[in-house]
Amino acid sequence: METVKVSEDRQIEELLTWALADQKTINLFGRNTKKAIGYAVQADVNLTLQDLTGVTLYEPAELVMRARAGSSLVDIQKTLDDAGQMLAFSPPDYGPLLGEEAGQSTLGGVFACNLAGSDRIKAGAARDHLLGVEGFTGRGEPFHTGSRVMKNVTGYDLCKLIAGSYGTLAIATEFTFKVLPKPEKVRTVLVYGEALEGAVKTMNAAVSSVHEVSAATYLPSDVAARVDIDLVRDPGTSVTAIKVEGPAPSAEFRCNALREMFKGSGEIEELHGHRSEKFWEAVRNVKPFAEDQSRIIWKVSVPPSEAAGYLADVKTDFPHVEYFCDWAGGLIWLSLPSDTIRGGEARVRSGLGGGHATLIRGSDELKSDISPFQPLNSIKARISESIREGFDPEGILNPGRMYSKVDGKE
Amino acid sequence: MVMMPKPDEEVLAKRDYLIDELRKIVNDPEGVIDQEAGLRAFECDGLSAYRQLPMIAVLPEDKQEIAEILKLCAREKVNVVPRGAGTSLSGGALPLADGVLLGLGKFNRILEVDYDNRCAVVQPGVTNLAITDAVKSDGFYYAPDPSSQIACTIGGNIAENSGGVHCLKYGLTTNNVLGVEMITMEGEILQLGGKHLDAEGYDLMGIITGSEGLLGVITEVTVRLLKSPEHVTAQLIGFPSSEQAGDCVGQIIGSGIIPAGMEMMDKYAIHAAEEFCHAGYPLDVEALLIVELDGPVVEIEYNNAQIDKIAKECGATVIKQSQSEQERMTFWLGRKSAFPAVGRLSPDYMCMDGTIPRSKLPEVLRRMNELSAHYGLRVANVFHAGDGNLHPLILFDANAPGELEKCEQFGADILKLCVEVGGVLTGEHGVGVEKRDLMGEMFSEVDLKQQQRLKCAFDPEGRLNPGKVFPILHRCAELGKMHVHNGELPFPDIPRF
Repeated sequence: METVKVSEDRQIEELLTWALADQKTINLFGRNTKKAIGYAVQADVNLTLQDLTGVTLYEPAELVMRARAGSSLVDIQKTLDDAGQMLAFSPPDYGPLLGEEAGQSTLGGVFACNLAGSDRIKAGAARDHLLGVEGFTGRGEPFHTGSRVMKNVTGYDLCKLIAGSYGTLAIATEFTFKVLPKPEKVRTVLVYGEALEGAVKTMNAAVSSVHEVSAATYLPSDVAARVDIDLVRDPGTSVTAIKVEGPAPSAEFRCNALREMFKGSGEIEELHGHRSEKFWEAVRNVKPFAEDQSRIIWKVSVPPSEAAGYLADVKTDFPHVEYFCDWAGGLIWLSLPSDTIRGGEARVRSGLGGGHATLIRGSDELKSDISPFQPLNSIKARISESIREGFDPEGILNPGRMYSKVDGKE
Repeated sequence: MVMMPKPDEEVLAKRDYLIDELRKIVNDPEGVIDQEAGLRAFECDGLSAYRQLPMIAVLPEDKQEIAEILKLCAREKVNVVPRGAGTSLSGGALPLADGVLLGLGKFNRILEVDYDNRCAVVQPGVTNLAITDAVKSDGFYYAPDPSSQIACTIGGNIAENSGGVHCLKYGLTTNNVLGVEMITMEGEILQLGGKHLDAEGYDLMGIITGSEGLLGVITEVTVRLLKSPEHVTAQLIGFPSSEQAGDCVGQIIGSGIIPAGMEMMDKYAIHAAEEFCHAGYPLDVEALLIVELDGPVVEIEYNNAQIDKIAKECGATVIKQSQSEQERMTFWLGRKSAFPAVGRLSPDYMCMDGTIPRSKLPEVLRRMNELSAHYGLRVANVFHAGDGNLHPLILFDANAPGELEKCEQFGADILKLCVEVGGVLTGEHGVGVEKRDLMGEMFSEVDLKQQQRLKCAFDPEGRLNPGKVFPILHRCAELGKMHVHNGELPFPDIPRF
């Protein structure tokens, strides 16, 4: 398949005109590091936005940045870091998890897949920080929604649709988003040796406390052993980790208060600045599951209180499952052996308490058997397809990436 | 005045039939209102300059009734206007002469409080404040707090994506909702989200939030609960000019502090509020900031010290820290009653709601004063300074000939100014009827058509709340069309590799 690189909006417009006139389809991506998620797109031409780069507006005192879709996430984060700011939703880098190089993500990729890291529970998802989008619809028309201000209810909030639409609605060329000050200090409290059920309670108590906990994760001993930080790897037991932040005196106060709160739950340690950062990077990037590329990876979103019961059922059916929880139990990463029949879909997708499971890594064969994204009920599927058609009536943008089987376009 | 679509005579002719059919659906004999006296209660919302009696009002009690009402209206081609408490300031719940007004006031139960998942499941007619009241004793609260929170309902909050004074730190409604159950115009019940995070597939819940009742009727809401902060303080900071106050806001945020709330009032609003409720506001300043901090005492003290320093550098003449919870509440009382306080000084007032990039504040205030002189109407300003959301209150007398029109013109000029400096028409009140005809200031016709295609996905016949948000209503069939040249075009000249 031919790949074209665009560096100006005009070229995108021309490509769309051509595609519409000649009934051609487009496989749209940044650096294509997340191609493993969803169905493989069969299209007539690859379009990469990786040359469409640059910060076009940054006003730290207004907490706002605008940048072009192909901008490297690493570059964006560096610019923010230099000004003492950050993307509060801590975007993960799934590169190594998906067998790609690290550090290749683009801004567009992060928003198109609506990815957020461990801080999701406090800071919200990528979609919560997206203020405006510019681009082109599958009609070949210029598209604009939102603005650069924090508070805006003028018209439908189409930013929410673009976030997580995997390039199936529009070619987004520019994103405007909220940025936040970096906390002065970060501390991570580690509670050792808890069983899953107790850990979910600990995480809930932490997140429900006055200490503005920004992340809470649980690593069983086998997973903790793969995290390259002595206080996590070496004790040979499970680790419940709770992150607090703020100005130095307040981070310290919160850390001490949490240590006091959970002193009866297990041995306690704490991670400071650098090690804390390294720890949460490993968690959000799902690093413990990056090495063995043969295994099947599911990302499961459930009500946090259901996590223990759900995992008990999964473990009964699949004794060789590996897992860890993020989002205080609301996010479960599952890793199953490659020979698990149909990726264990039936079990993985039952008892979700209304939540959903996405196949993040699996063979092409597996992806042709099951829907990588959680199947939608018929009403939702109809409305979603009708929304997609409104943006892209000819189905030229990433056709079938999300729900090819449901919409029958394959 | 914004004109509403012309009533459909065919629908009006079916009124008696519809009343009979609705009575068959709704269990409560009082639940279908067809007499003028009863309908009066619904003739307007918070935008009281616009009044219209609905053809019929119906007050269902359970969601099955809602589904049946919607199916009936879809079948009979009758428009429907959903309504919560009717506190919309943009006319979002303004009835239609040929429409059924669907009142959701009876859906006022909190169905579940679930601390294990830090959420509450409530019916749409529950008031915003009632959610916090239900969980307060356990130390929790629901963060978005629009000024009307004592009366406005959570269903209305979803429809308008309501904000409040704490959004800078805690987000808007859209950032605090986990799940929504809604019923489509076809009468289908749809569950979006729940007690988990993120959407499978497209984020339909994100779209419903802020859709102003145009896409579906909300029947249940799951909101995120937060733990109440350990400690909260507020301080008043007075400045000799709005420029200095605006500069101070920028520097506080630039220094890395995100206050729980940061409000600004101009001199006129300060005086009105002080006279109204004796909040202890300084009267010799041109602009006043209320800065609220929450968190552990050590953090508040640390940040307060920084804020003090910044404020002094910016030329603050008054800095007053709340010494007790009671005093903090008094500081806020003045701000929260600024609308009625200003309203007392004039027979009528209209509250505007634009958002601007904060750095444009001095320019916008200066030009607003020029407009005020031009129209001969006074304006007071309250401002969610942290997030740039401006609430100019225009004072007028609706009984004076031509004054309402003049006021509307003035308001429109202010909103156009907001857009001109890079802001938006509405920060939290919604477009509704009020700002409908200004949408073209912010969006091209192409953009507006794209937005309406979204409505087509949910409500292809355009029965839900027509005449709101969009100045020109297009038929879905027409919007769906696309002109495609089926000629072979050469591949464009773009680098390949």
